This record gives sequence, structure tokens and C-alpha cells, in this order.
Amino acid sequence: MAAIELTGLSTVYPNGVRAVDDLDLSVTDGEFFALLGPSGCGKTTLLRTIAGLEQSSSGTIELDGKDVTSVDAGKRGVAMVFQDYALFPHMTVAQNIAYPLRVRRASKQAQQDAATSTSAGLGLSALLERRPGQLSGGQQQRVALARAIAMSADVLLLDEPLSNLDARLRLEARTFLKRLQHDLGLTTVFVTHDQAEALALADRIAVMAEGRIRQLGTPKEVFQRPADTFVANFIGSTPMNLLSGTVRDGQVEVAGARLTPPGDLTLSDGTPVVAGIRPEYLQPGTDGITGVVSIVENLGVTSLVTLECPGEVLVGLTVPEHEEPAVGTTMTAAPAPGRLLVYDGETTELLTA
Amino acid sequence: MRRARDASGLGVARAIGFVSPALLLIGLFLVFPAIWTIYIGLTNYALTGPNSVAPSFVGLSNFMDALNDTLFGNAVWLTLLFVVGSAVLGQNFLGFALAWVLRSARPVIRRTVEAFVLLAWILPSVVVAYLWTAVLDRDGGTLNALLGNGSTAWLVEYPMASLIVFNTWRGTAFSMMLYSSALAAVPPSQLETAKTVGANGWQTVRDVVFPHIRGHVLTNTLLISLWTANDFTPFLLTAGGPNHESETLPVFIYQQAIANGELGYSAAISFLLLIVNLLVSLVYLLLLRRRA
Amino acid sequence: MTFRQMLRRSLYTVLIAAVLAFFAIPMLWLASAPFDSDPGVGLRWPDWTLDNWRVTFSHPYALGSLLNSIVLCAVATIVTTALGTLAAYALSRVHIPGRDALLYVLLLLSSVVTGTAAMVPIFVMMLQLGLINSQYATGLVIAGGMLPAAIFILKDFIDSVPRSYEESARVFGASPGQVLRHVVLPVARPGIATITVWAFVQAWGNFLLPFLLLRDVTEQPAAVLLRTLKDEGGSANLTVIPVFSLLYAIPVVALYLFVSKRYGFRFHGGIKA
Repeated sequence: MAAIELTGLSTVYPNGVRAVDDLDLSVTDGEFFALLGPSGCGKTTLLRTIAGLEQSSSGTIELDGKDVTSVDAGKRGVAMVFQDYALFPHMTVAQNIAYPLRVRRASKQAQQDAATSTSAGLGLSALLERRPGQLSGGQQQRVALARAIAMSADVLLLDEPLSNLDARLRLEARTFLKRLQHDLGLTTVFVTHDQAEALALADRIAVMAEGRIRQLGTPKEVFQRPADTFVANFIGSTPMNLLSGTVRDGQVEVAGARLTPPGDLTLSDGTPVVAGIRPEYLQPGTDGITGVVSIVENLGVTSLVTLECPGEVLVGLTVPEHEEPAVGTTMTAAPAPGRLLVYDGETTELLTA
Repeated sequence: MRRARDASGLGVARAIGFVSPALLLIGLFLVFPAIWTIYIGLTNYALTGPNSVAPSFVGLSNFMDALNDTLFGNAVWLTLLFVVGSAVLGQNFLGFALAWVLRSARPVIRRTVEAFVLLAWILPSVVVAYLWTAVLDRDGGTLNALLGNGSTAWLVEYPMASLIVFNTWRGTAFSMMLYSSALAAVPPSQLETAKTVGANGWQTVRDVVFPHIRGHVLTNTLLISLWTANDFTPFLLTAGGPNHESETLPVFIYQQAIANGELGYSAAISFLLLIVNLLVSLVYLLLLRRRA
Repeated sequence: MTFRQMLRRSLYTVLIAAVLAFFAIPMLWLASAPFDSDPGVGLRWPDWTLDNWRVTFSHPYALGSLLNSIVLCAVATIVTTALGTLAAYALSRVHIPGRDALLYVLLLLSSVVTGTAAMVPIFVMMLQLGLINSQYATGLVIAGGMLPAAIFILKDFIDSVPRSYEESARVFGASPGQVLRHVVLPVARPGIATITVWAFVQAWGNFLLPFLLLRDVTEQPAAVLLRTLKDEGGSANLTVIPVFSLLYAIPVVALYLFVSKRYGFRFHGGIKA
């Protein structure tokens, strides 16, 4: 169990691309930490750098207080599960799980014991003599996890752990993974491009883009108060409404309506701003943005209504299942109290008091 | 997806260590001989006699002699015949024809034909030489038996023709397999379109198939021509005879070097062959590269 | 069926039959002559006997040359496979400066420096080194000729082993040697086996190099002896030659069948077009 401390970490490729750009990060002991971002944002590079598979260009990596920046991959006390699980096809499940011990020349008995005890905890006891090719996707993932656990490492790294599973299995595996990490208390960093996955699993999330961390916070913080419009757009199953406008008389003027900014925020007139409000936090009401219903999408328990508002702006709001308005009706979407976010129109950062 | 530059953790130093033994062997037995043959070709080194102990530098005279040597010209001409006849025309056409016709054959028939064609290619050359000697023999030969004509000594009276037929038999397998793959890659929908508009077999080949496989035809032809030009098997059948009538370049080089002991001269000829090989290979690789 | 279709069908059948005959007939000699009590150079229905086999086995050089072939091909194959695999692994995984140029040159070398083109310098080299009649030297020369193509094919195979296997093993603490032994070689085994067989078959059938370099009859492999039998005593030894040809050809055919059954015949002499 260890803390991970990254200081000023940068990885620059020969062609000049800064995959990781002067990054600082602290992961506390036992934390389930997510690196979230679109493809190409540097999250996988960062993970591999922590593992030792890639060399950073500058900065330091400390695991449990020890500087491991120049230490070889196998000697950092880091276990990793790859996206394709990387189970060795010519070895049985038991041999795969025991592999970290085999590398350290542990006795045959020790290897066997490790395989039996680790597999028992993951429900793999019946599969010990099978080959990876004979296992289902979910079983393969558990074998890969078992192998990582058998290593008795201080840190566990997961590269897109759920993306190789089909949709239904993914949700079950998600719950399983969260429980496993909690039971083991193992410091875990995982990479994902799926924001729902990150929100569900992580204790804290680092939202990344272009090699930099845009926001570091708990799932709640990242969801309710995204630090900039990029994060705001990235997080949330339904996209947040981001409406450009200006400040007029201390109010935010967007889409033909005047909205009251959060109580403690003072804005000077004429400032360009972007108003952010999630569709889930807009309700049919009287004081808000008015528009004409153009599309109604059924989401199951709720429906996503798209309003065409003045200035050709589209605003989305969710309504409960029995309250879908008819297309063509005019309605007003009122922000729930305290849920309106105001972003600086130029820097895209969240304006706070 | 950007990949680590060294997934296995070998490191450049160890990697160079891994590659070196192979490179050493290649250097010794491929690179060095190729370069050394230039040097030997500039001397009058011989297998026996005074020039075997103290050869002297003769400059380009070996090359000059070659140009005036009728046997050399003969060898070049015969090699050209051999290549054009058995490779460019024979193996290419037969290989393509087989690939085309077998596409729609019953699996049993296809497998049987392919098996025999392939067998002709994989049998060792010495064995194959005997097989064809048996076929072409004047007295007990199969061909004469089939023709009911008992008196033609094919290898003696028509040596080049025999060699060409032989080599076509020998090497068609490669072209057949290659064209088989190439044809399989032609989109079936295009072939079916041709069929529905009423194109016949020949038109389909010309208009639909050939544009797709044009590159393959060229590279295949280059490759099998290169192999054929360097093929030593004619030696096993006719040893270049009778009277140099089937003495292709490989046989010529051998006779000059070992039978006549003219090592310097034959080295010069070898060098010329290397140059030709180099040119053909370069074109071949360039075409491959461009297609990739 | 229309007349046109019937004509087509019959033409097609005739063509297939002709092709089959063309390819199969020459091979019949191998099936008949070894068992014929009075074998001729030509083809005829044999007078079945196994006498020829007895004579062949008691021929002073016949079985010995088969042994020579095995030794020669074993040397060439082992050297080619071992050195080729190491080189292919390094070239596949590590970005050595000049790697792409090297691969290009290797490909070039294998087509340019053929046995025919190199026969003179190789002969002179071995002569001057006093290595004529050395099985091991000849084996090495043969290996040298096969290595470029072998490296090329092996590199392709190793390229297809997912890098995540090696990275995973590394993260678990395996040294590069362990990674190679535990992970890469087992997974690349089909490719290595294919190359081993390919190299063996190539070496087994190689006539020119042993013919040049192994002049002593007792050192000659089967490929050369088979030819020597023709010249000994002025006329061909037709009792032994057919049997010996069959003996000599069988391993090649067997290996080919084995590889194509196990791994699928996809290497047309090692060239992918």
C-alpha cells in the first residue's frame, strides 16, 4: 500500500508532442483513482510511465516515498492489467496467476499456493487448469486481476479494464471491481475514456486533455462543479447545456433570457460568459429560458426535450416520464436553485466567488 | 496508438548483440563473396597451373574477353530463351490459367490438381531431373511411348525446348499459388457485375481481373525470372550439352570455373550476373514498396 | 444443359485431365522404377520386386550419404533457426538505428546473391581456407544463404505476437531473458517450427553448394550422391538410383505434408507477394 507522488512529470516524444505536460499528482494510499479523458489526452502514457514501460522526459515519480523515476519496470512494486489482459496463451490459468512468483524463482509449492488462494477469492478455482482461450471475457479479466494480486504489489494499474467487455457484462464487472478494490485496500489507478465508469468507480478523478490535468476532484465535485467547459462537456451522460452570452445588469443574458447567477458571484456588465446547466437540473417553470419544443427523446424513466430558443440556440432539459410536452409547444426551462454555473467566455474556466 | 519504442525491455545494446551473429554469417557468406568476386574477376586466377599459385592482376581483360567470347554470348542468349520461355510465358500463363480455372472447381479436384502441381515444386531438383530424363529418354522414355514414336532423343535433339517444358512443369506452383491469392482478392461483386452484363471469360479477365492483379503480374514475373536465370538445374538434365546447345549462364559459369579452372574469368561473369540480379531485385522491391 | 454449356464442361474436363496428366505422369517413375526388377530409364509397368532395395541398402555410400544429409541439414537448420530467431526478435522489438534500411538490404541480398552468382567466390574461399569437404563449413554456408529470408519471415511472425504479453511480463518483474523464454518463444512456436521445416527442406534439396564443396564421396549428402551414382562406372546405376531417389524424396514430401496439416501451407518459398 503506497502513495503515488508525481512531480513536474513530462513526456515529450521525438516529434515534439507533449504527451504528458508538466503534471503534478498525488494519489493517497488505498485510493481508487481514475485518469479520465478522450483518446490522445495522455492518460495511457501517464499510466505506462508510472509502470515504468515508458520513460518520462523530466519530473519525478515517487512510490511510497521512494524515487522510482529511473527504476526498471519490474522492480517498482507495481502490478498492471492491460486492456487485452495479456494472458499468456500457452500457460494454464494457474500458471498465469503464479507467473509473478515464477519470475522471482519462488518454489513450485509457493506458486501453487498463490494460485489457489488468489483464484479462490475471485471465483476461479474451477478454472485453474484451463487455457485462456477457453475462458469468457469476464473470466479472463478476473484471471488478469488475480495475476496482478498474486504479485503482492503496492500499486495496481488498470488500462481500460472494462472496455473489452460487452455492455451488460461491463456493469457487473464494474460493481465487482469496486468491491474488490475496497476489500483489498490496494492503491489503484485506472485509465478510462468512459466518464460514467470513472464517476461510478473512482474515489477521485483526474480529467485530462492534451497531457494536462483539467480538473482533479471527487466524482461529485467533477460532476456538479466542472472546472471548465471542457470538463463540463465531457462529464455527464447527457451533455451539459453550455450557452454563450453576456452579463447585463448583473444577470446572465443567454438564449433570450435573463438568468440569475449564483448568489455570491459578482459579474461586471459586458463580460462574455458561458452559462452551464445540466438538462437534469432544468425544470419546466416560469422563470428561465423559453423556447419551442422541437425534439423529444425517450430515455426510459425520463425524456430529453430539446427546445429551440431565440438566437437559434438549442437547450435540453429532462422531464419525468409522464410529462412529455408535445412538439411545437412553447415552454420555459427554469434552472434548479444553485445549479447554474457561469464560465468565463474567454478562459472557459469556472467563475467562482 | 503510440507504442513504446522497446516493448521487450531488451535495450539497444542487447539487441545489437542478438542481431550480430546472424549478420556475421550473412556478411561472411553473402556480402563478402559478392564483393570479392569483383576482385577475383580482375585477376587471372586459375584452379591449376602457374596462375593458381601466383595469379596476376589483369584489370578488365576478363570482361573484354567475355564480350568477345561466343560461348558467353551463347550462354546469355540461351538464358534469355530459358527465362522468357519457361518463366515469363510458361509458368506465368499456366499458373494463371490454373488459378483461374480452379477457382470454380470442386474442392476435390482443386486439391488434387494443386497437390500434384505443388509436388512438382517441392521435390528435390536431383530427383526431378531423373524423372524428366525418364520421360524424355529416347528408348524407354514416357513421351516417346505416348507419342508412339520411338526415336527422338529429346534432350539431345531439342535440348532448350525440353528444358523450357521441364522448367514450366517445375515452377508453375509458385505462380499458381500467387495468382490464386490475387484472384481471391478481386471483389466478387465486380466479377458478378461483369457476368450480369454478359462479359465472357476473356473479357472479364481483361477488364475486371487484370487491373486488379496488374501489379502482381509484374512482380511475379520479375521474381520467377530472377530465379530462373539463376537456376542451376539445367546442369542436371543436360550438363549444357550437347555441345553447349543448352548451356545457360549458371552452367556456363560452372564449366568455366570448375571444368576449365578459369576462376578469374568465371568470377567476372558471376559479377555480371550479380549486377543483373541487383537491377531486377531493385525494380522488384521498388514495385513492392509502391504497392504496399 | 445447352450445347454451349456441355462444350464448356467437356473442354474444362479435358483441360483438367491434361494438366493432371502433365504433372502426374513424370512422377510415376518414382512409383514404378524402385520396385522393378529390370529398371530402365523410362517408365514401364514394373516387374514387382524388392531386390533393388536390398542392393541399395548394401551400397557402400548410399545410407552414409543420407546420414551426411541429415548432419548437413541439421547444422544448417539449427544455425538458421537459432540465429534467425534472435535477430528477428531484436529487429521486431527494438528500434535500432538503421533498422529499416537493414531489413531492406537483407531482402535485397537474399535475391541478389544466389548460389549461382556466388559459386565462384565461395568455392575459392573454401578452397583457400582448406574447408573443402567439411560438413560443418558447408552447413554454415548454406545457413548464411538462408538467413536473410528466415529473418524476414520470423520477424513477421514475431511482429504478430502482441507486445502486451512482453510488457505484462516485464511489469511482473521478468528479465529480458525470462521474457524471451517464458513468453515470446512459446507463443511464436508455430512460426519458428515453420522456419525450421522450411530451412531443413531447402538445405536437403540444395545441390549446388554440396556439389561444389563436398568432393569426397564419403562426405557427400544424398543430393550429390544421387547425381554421382549416374556417373560412376560410366553408366547410370539403375538398380540403386530409383530406390535412392525415393528414399531421398520421401522426407521432403512428408515434412511438407506435416507442416501444411499443422500450420497451413502459406509460405511460398518464403515470399509473400
